[in-house]
Amino acid sequence: MKGFDLTAILLNSEFAGMLVHGIRMTFVIAVGSWLLAMTLGVLLLVIRLLPSWTADRAVAGYISYHRNVPTLVQLMLWYFGIASLLPDGLQGWLGDHNGESIFAIIALGLCQAAYFSEDLRSGLRSIAHGQAEAARALGHGYLGTMRFVLMPQALSNSMPALVNHTVSLFKNSSLAMAIGVVELTQAVRQVENESFRTFETYLIASVAYLACSLLIMGGGALLDRHMKAARRR
Amino acid sequence: MIASAIGIVRDNWLLLLIGQYPNGPLGGIAATLILSVLGIVLAFPFSVVVALARLSRRWVLWAPATVLVYVVRGVPMLMIIFWVYFMFPLLLGASVPGFETMLCTLVLYEGAFLSEVVRAGIEALPAGQMDAARALGHSYPRAMWFVILPQALYNMLPAMLSQWVGTIKDTTLGYVINVPELTFAANQINNRLLTKPFEVFLILAIIYYVVCFSLTHAATVLERRIAKKRAGPVVLAPALAAAQ
Repeated sequence: MKGFDLTAILLNSEFAGMLVHGIRMTFVIAVGSWLLAMTLGVLLLVIRLLPSWTADRAVAGYISYHRNVPTLVQLMLWYFGIASLLPDGLQGWLGDHNGESIFAIIALGLCQAAYFSEDLRSGLRSIAHGQAEAARALGHGYLGTMRFVLMPQALSNSMPALVNHTVSLFKNSSLAMAIGVVELTQAVRQVENESFRTFETYLIASVAYLACSLLIMGGGALLDRHMKAARRR
Repeated sequence: MIASAIGIVRDNWLLLLIGQYPNGPLGGIAATLILSVLGIVLAFPFSVVVALARLSRRWVLWAPATVLVYVVRGVPMLMIIFWVYFMFPLLLGASVPGFETMLCTLVLYEGAFLSEVVRAGIEALPAGQMDAARALGHSYPRAMWFVILPQALYNMLPAMLSQWVGTIKDTTLGYVINVPELTFAANQINNRLLTKPFEVFLILAIIYYVVCFSLTHAATVLERRIAKKRAGPVVLAPALAAAQ
């Protein structure tokens, strides 16, 4: 085994370039699926609040499916399964335009939307009934009550869970390698294959992942404190 | 489409159930369940040790346990699988099969997450429990063993059941290092058929859903029961106070 030498990877323009490219792809997937998950999560919550039994059951089924089937299997179902049902023209277009990363964003986003929606819902449920009644008594309409009274409190209540699930979404972006996306984990395997420096490459990638996760956790905690302070004012 | 899905299950049910056993390694649902049960059973004592270390005031115990928990929380499981996959043979000087590699990863990963559950369970108990045990003359380890842990672990049963569901879902990642389990079996079938990917992966998703949904449901039922049991004396206390 060769001696431990981080610079052999970091200062090698080819290897460093591959890693940077991988990190960029990891961010594209994580940010893209986060945006999709948040939008869809809020939408699912709004649908669930409608006074309709069918809508409630449909959303509950969606959430149950996405929470009880492994994320990797959901990715495979999208990339291998649902892709094969699409018309040939669209399949060809996806093949030319990084179809695997598009499917990774869709699959991870749809999966995480179920978690985000549940986080927001339990945040909303933990608010005392009197809050909504007081807001209505003060003359707010349904939307005003939601926008100015319930949602800020719900968001603040569900912050810790949302941050945790954001971290797990970021970590889950590594699963995209199983369907051929060259994100950080896949880039690391390629660099390792060419440089034979297993320990160094995995160390660099693990530190990068850990730093980003801790940054999300820290940022989340800061935001949480900021929101709690704003409410007290 | 439904007919062809049923056909796939009829032709391959044995492969989905036990893999290529007895002509090859045990795989399929059987391997997934064995891997997850072994993983969670071995992760449990490990998690209690980590939780106790994190609650300790001595930094030699507290610091490494905290680092471990944060590393596992911050690094994707795939990375840890590759670490174990490459480091184990180096340390042991012999090649380690995929099943054992995956099992070690699961113990490390689920153990670290479970330790947070154990810690929360211990911290959720009223401080009076520890004080009373110490006042009765128990040492700290004896108070932990006979008073705190039995109560904390009982209250944690539902959380442990959901952690088992999480472990079952995480065994799928063994696919990347060719561990013969359910996802691997489905990919084998897909590679042989080539023309029916949607049906094969839909069947795979349905199997996981049935297994995990039943366990999640069991966890919810158990949680309600335990909450009822715990609420009992708390409701009784004011009534007793009023009677006196």
